[in-house]
Parts: sequence; structure tokens; C-alpha cells
Amino acid sequence: MQTLFRKFFYGDYGEEKNLAAENNQPKQTISEWPLWEVFIRSKQGLDHKHAGSLHAVDAAMAMENARDVYTRRSEGVSIWVVESKYIHASNPDDADALFDPANDKIYRHPSFYELPDEVKHM
Amino acid sequence: MGTNFEEQFQQKIDQETKIEPKDWMPQKYRHTLIRQISQHAHSEIVGMLPEGNWITRAPSLKRKSILLAKIQDEAGHGLYLYAAAETLGISRDEMYEQLHEGKAKYSSIFNYPTLTWADIGAIGWLVDGAAIMNQVPLCRSSFGPYARAMVRVCKEESFHQRQGFESLLVLSKGTEEQKRMCQDAINRWWWPCLMMFGPPDDESPNTLQSMQWKIKRFSNDELRQKFVNMIAEQVKVLHMTLPDPDLKWNEEKNQYDFGKINWEEFKQVLQGNGPCNKERMDARRKAWEDGAWVREAANAYAAKKSIAS
Ligand SMILES: [Fe+2]
Ligand SMILES: [Fe+2]
Repeated sequence: MQTLFRKFFYGDYGEEKNLAAENNQPKQTISEWPLWEVFIRSKQGLDHKHAGSLHAVDAAMAMENARDVYTRRSEGVSIWVVESKYIHASNPDDADALFDPANDKIYRHPSFYELPDEVKHM
Repeated sequence: MGTNFEEQFQQKIDQETKIEPKDWMPQKYRHTLIRQISQHAHSEIVGMLPEGNWITRAPSLKRKSILLAKIQDEAGHGLYLYAAAETLGISRDEMYEQLHEGKAKYSSIFNYPTLTWADIGAIGWLVDGAAIMNQVPLCRSSFGPYARAMVRVCKEESFHQRQGFESLLVLSKGTEEQKRMCQDAINRWWWPCLMMFGPPDDESPNTLQSMQWKIKRFSNDELRQKFVNMIAEQVKVLHMTLPDPDLKWNEEKNQYDFGKINWEEFKQVLQGNGPCNKERMDARRKAWEDGAWVREAANAYAAKKSIAS
């Protein structure tokens, strides 16, 4: 498993060295604009949904960029932007502990209850 | 890392469970994806240059608006993809640096010149057509952010191919000179487009790994064949021909046979010796350097505002 990938795929044209493996810490210059997450409401009445991310110096610029990058074909009627560093995410390693307990509580679902046929529409 | 993690990882892939950025993944999976996604992003960005060459000379306001919209889409594609790559732990600046220093590659196709207006039509029809062929299966790539970015990209691509074909259709019904121009553009773009799919499968020893990881779903040759079958039919509508004397329908195989691809040319272009490699890289570097003051000014403005508030 030590071979480098020399295979060229579409969008992957190989390289002399494995650049991704070169350094483990992302090299970010001080001047790199902060990262923002973009959420878009596609139409009135629906929730905002994560659309992607972008770089911007402040909220106003993030908003303008979000419009240009994510809503060129009226994909949205409302945009939220939030700087990525403010997003706290659950850890995938904790997924079992967090979400498994719900699995054995089948009585939380309506299908758990058997009712006589005479009871309609419940 | 223990094999146990790798086994679980492969199990997820086999069950078509998407891998998300914070999930455990083999280093090699991460590196392969960073390379593929960032180079895909570079291709979208560099790909704006040959088309940008014709914005000011588009034959009508309509064609100019269409071309501008298409090129803006390509910028968007680059941005979706850079963002997807960033989720794997590489910074945007680092990717730019790799491109500008000539360390990272991009699609060989964008190192060819756009000599006439017909080239813009040919790019839309053939280059974007080949891109779609590759990108549609990538929408099911095992890495979530890549797959989602590709879904967005693919939604926008079909307009790119259609506008290109339609523009050639107009030329193909025009004057003798316009017809010649149309045929000439097809002649020049055809072979480089076939090269876009990458080297033949028998020269690709690592196809297996990327297929096993479901980063890639079809082999280079499979996709290339599909593309030839499609274009060989469409070119008839234009009453034009493809520059390949060996191109003919194979009843038995139910597909088109086609001639030998000049892989030496492909290698040369990838290594930097194509007709426009230097021009493209110079343009990218210049854009980056000329933009430095804008990046700094924006930072300074944001800093000043945050102190004030
Ligand atoms: Fe694109
Ligand atoms: Fe495109």
C-alpha cells in the first residue's frame, strides 16, 4: 500500500510528487480570507439548507459572494452566512453514543401501536 | 492505523455510505481526493482563459452574454471544488500556490489556443461534452462534499454543451467560410478532447484502488467510448465530420471504432510543452499578483471596521 497514485483520472492528472502528503498542516497565509458557510432557502416556506462555503473578509462580502456563487439561477430567496469557525459539529466518533439510543425506542413511532380496524384515520 | 479502521471504511464504501470530512479515512484516500479535487478545480479556473479570449470579440450581444454566463459558471465550478477540497485539510492558498508554482496540474485541454470564434462553439459542444461524461458519474463519488459539488456542477453544464452545439449549428448553416471555420474548429479540438479522458486503461495500474474506493465509477476507456458514440451521431446533425478516417460503426460491438490517439502529444502537453501552457500559467500568476492589493485592502478594511464596532 506504499505506492503513490500515478493514475490519471479526469480532474486528476498525477504529479511528480505527492503534494497532498508533503505537509500535514494546511499552509494558510495570514492574508487568506476567513471561511464562511452558506445556507440557502430555496423557496418561501422551506428551511435554509447548507449550500457550500466560500471565503470573505466580512459578512457583507460573504453575502455578496454567496449570491454570485450559489444563486446564479434563482436557487434561493434568502441567504444565511456564518463564519465557519462558529459552527460546532458533533464528532462522528460519538455518533453511536449520540444516536443509537433512539433505535430501541420503537414506541416513539405510530406504527408501534396496533389499533382495531374500526378506528379510522388515526 | 489498524486494518480494522480500513475494513470498516471499505465496508461503508461498499454499502454506498458517503464519507464526510470528519470521518476516519485512509491517508491515501484523503491524498488522492485532495489531488483529484484540487486539480479539477484548477481546470475549471484555467478553463476560463481560452474562452475569455473571445468575450470582447463575440459576434453579437446575445453570444457575448451567453459566453459571459458560461465563463462565470466555470468560475463557480472552481469555487465549489476548491471548497470541497478544503474540507480535507488543505488551504485555499496552498492550492493556489501549487498551481502557480507549476506543481499541480490541470486538464491538458486548456493548453490549446482558441483561434477562431468557432472554437468557442467547439469547446462548449466537445470539451464541456467530455467534461459532462466524466462529471455525471462523479456525482456518486464516495466523498460527500465532492459528490455534492458535482451535482451542482452537472446541473449547470448542460447549458454549456447546448449553447456550444447551437452556436456551431448556426455556423454550419452559414456561408462557405463559416462552414469551413466550423469544420476546422472540430478538426482541431477532436483529438485533444479524446485525450481529456486520460490514458488507456491498460496503462493505468491504479484504476482498481480508486474504483474500489468509488472515487471513480467508470474507467477512462469506458467513458471515452461513450463520448465517441455520442459525438459521432451528433456531428451528423451539423453535416460536419470528425477528423478520423478509422471512425466507423461496429455492428458487432454496437459501438464506434476509432483511430489511435497520439499519447505522446498528451504527455508533452501535460508536462508543460503544449501550445499555451506558459501563457495560461502566466495569466494565472498575473491575476494572483495583480489582485494582491485587493486582498490586502479588503483585510485592512475588515480589520478597521471590527475595531470601530
Ligand atoms: Fe465546468
Ligand atoms: Fe462547463
